[in-house]
Amino acid sequence: MTTLADLTTPCKPNWCPGCGDFGIWTAFRNAATKENWNVGNTVITAGIGCHGHIINFVKLPAFEGLHGRALPVATGVKMANHKLNVFVFTGDGDSLGEGGNHWVHTCRRNHDITIILHDNAIYGLTTGQTSPASQKGFKSKSTPEGNPDEPIRPLALAIAAGATFVARGSAYEHERLTELIIAANNHKGIAIIDVLQACMSFNPEVADYYKANTYYLGDDYNPKDKNAAFTKALEWGEKSIPLGILYKEEKPSYEMEIPQIAQKPLVSTPPLKRNIQTLFKQYL
Amino acid sequence: MQISVSDKEVFAPTQHTNLLVALNQETIDLHYHELVEGGFLLFDVVSNLDTSKVSNNVHIFPIPLAKLAESNGGSPLMSNTVALGATIGILGGDIAHLKNLLSEEFAKKGEEVTQQNHAAALAGYDYARDHFAQFTTSTLKPKEEHSPLMVVNGNQAAALGAVAAGLQFAAIYPMTPTSNILHTLAPLQKEYGFIYKQPEDELAAINMALGASFAGARSLVATSGGGFCLMSEGYGLAGLAELPVVIIEGMRGAPATGIPTWTEQGDLRFVLHAHQGDFPRIVLAAGDAKEAFDLTMQAFNLADIYQTPVLILVDKHICENDQSYELFDYSGYEVDRGKFTTEKIENYQRFALSSDGISLRSTPGTGNHLLANSDEHDPYGYSNEEIENRNQQMQKRMKKLETCAQNHMPAPQLFGPDKADVTIVSWGSNKGSILQAIEQFDNVNFLHLTWVNPFPTQAVRERLQKAKYLINVECNYTAQMGGLIKERTGIEILDNYLKYDGRPIYPEEIIEKVNKVLGR
Repeated sequence: MTTLADLTTPCKPNWCPGCGDFGIWTAFRNAATKENWNVGNTVITAGIGCHGHIINFVKLPAFEGLHGRALPVATGVKMANHKLNVFVFTGDGDSLGEGGNHWVHTCRRNHDITIILHDNAIYGLTTGQTSPASQKGFKSKSTPEGNPDEPIRPLALAIAAGATFVARGSAYEHERLTELIIAANNHKGIAIIDVLQACMSFNPEVADYYKANTYYLGDDYNPKDKNAAFTKALEWGEKSIPLGILYKEEKPSYEMEIPQIAQKPLVSTPPLKRNIQTLFKQYL
Repeated sequence: MQISVSDKEVFAPTQHTNLLVALNQETIDLHYHELVEGGFLLFDVVSNLDTSKVSNNVHIFPIPLAKLAESNGGSPLMSNTVALGATIGILGGDIAHLKNLLSEEFAKKGEEVTQQNHAAALAGYDYARDHFAQFTTSTLKPKEEHSPLMVVNGNQAAALGAVAAGLQFAAIYPMTPTSNILHTLAPLQKEYGFIYKQPEDELAAINMALGASFAGARSLVATSGGGFCLMSEGYGLAGLAELPVVIIEGMRGAPATGIPTWTEQGDLRFVLHAHQGDFPRIVLAAGDAKEAFDLTMQAFNLADIYQTPVLILVDKHICENDQSYELFDYSGYEVDRGKFTTEKIENYQRFALSSDGISLRSTPGTGNHLLANSDEHDPYGYSNEEIENRNQQMQKRMKKLETCAQNHMPAPQLFGPDKADVTIVSWGSNKGSILQAIEQFDNVNFLHLTWVNPFPTQAVRERLQKAKYLINVECNYTAQMGGLIKERTGIEILDNYLKYDGRPIYPEEIIEKVNKVLGR
């Protein structure tokens, strides 16, 4: 089984003290040890933002690409080798701003991947500008008079676009987040976890706000009801930020529907020179 | 549509037209001036087309096209088939061949439609033979000996080359002039066992391809200049993270949307410089469909061996124009993945320093820990901005281009005599017109460049130094290849024949230019 030592790299996390990224990092590594995600069976991809540094702090094959592009990279990896567990670490600036188009289209494809959205409602790496998830009126270096735009509700967007596992977690509740990450990876299809966290340098106030105003969906909540899920995904405000699995739908994953890889992963056969004489004949 | 027919190999379309089939007035207005003395104009006699601008030395063949179609059981829509039959009649072709082609074309539409088209073709054929017998030529007389020829364009050839070279993953967003690459690939994926994915945009295309490449797949993207603008960020990522990918860039005219269905060679400098910073990029340029096939196959090996993006420039002119070729011979090709392992290696370092700049590549799922990191990284792939490491990794990556130049770059091809009064230098699809043109001269040769980066500096310099008179031929405003040649060799070509109106360079234009230089 994977141990925490197996996942340890020579690099020391460079996140600011108290950063929510530590919570996500801890929950993910705990999940990896429970589920035996290891160097041989797992890949993580990341975009650009403080979240992206995680590839240096978890010893798993990883691809930290460009700002906003973690999703297409992950889907490329998954189509080429669908036996791998594929996790995407991304941020609100990364996938709701720069990569917004990929967010919508990845949600409608049901690739069997897990997306962990580091949602701190701020651009932290670039030292504090308003993000697509920042609330209206939010003051930052880029909106000194207050944010004029309404925030994106990423989970409502995901449900509308067709995502089949939609959840929200908190970076400050490791155990619950660990469970969510495991459930997301076990889901056959696209799984999204919006993880609420604070940026201790540029948006620290939300830490207390989230602690005071989030609640877990109870056993009486039916995550198969898409309309209810959509309503939940739009809920936001005092005592009304839901955590847990908002929506879950069972259907075949994208990879299950590609006949070319029904028997084995694409890359399990090396690229071979092909005989195309019959193709030539079509052009005679 | 223009078709050139000859019993010898045809390399290029021409400015002039020998026979024009006009089904409407617009065709006459646009093309009457291309008709040569003694040429033919064929049109529907009952449509009252105005032929007053047409030279008196052109033979005018009014034929009741629609009427013949209808009287033979078809609809007026089959006027084109009647005209085709008449053309075969005038040019001395075998009507049976045309009938066979019609049977193939209309096979899906059923026997009745096929028979109607056969009747329409025959009616046109008979009409022409009956009414214009004295003008009949033997242009289309069947050859006694011939080998079967394929009719392919550059897009199809590149797609076929990719399949033959072991393509595993392609992500292509539709864009003129390369959409036909995806049209060719998509129906083949199931049988040949690769994946074609239509992405949401070109950003997704190249990033999906790089993800697949990271996982070990031979990956391809194809686009045009506008799509490549979006791919530029992934281009440099591939360079820094040392991920193989083959990029086909079909060049159309002008910036922005420009003249999207016309040809140009305006993207040479763009692909040489796109993306910030320096990284190793291999840039090749195809001169015709056969070269597009060969270079695409080679590009997959180069991308794997040098673990870096390989870009092939293809002019719109050859992307979408068909040419006949003997079946491409690729018997000598072997898939070469370079330094690549799926074995688990102790203390594996994805970016280990090496004398040739190439490190041992591995993939996820092998048990090797590896990173593709868009941050500068150390030999393991971890982010690292230290001075020594930055210098070492930068030098390692750039070294790959030197290794490539030494091990894989051929000298450019010279056509025509070794000693010549005029040496034409060019690249891309101008090749066909220049080859067609220099057949008229015994004192003109032609240096055709297919390797743009790395650049065959020494070989080009030696050849240019031997030249008595140099002409640089390009389809762009700023003589982009001329500038590159000067930058690399120190030799400035003063006489540039440039064209940027979207039309290809025609053989007649080259002949005229050379004659002027020769004082004829």
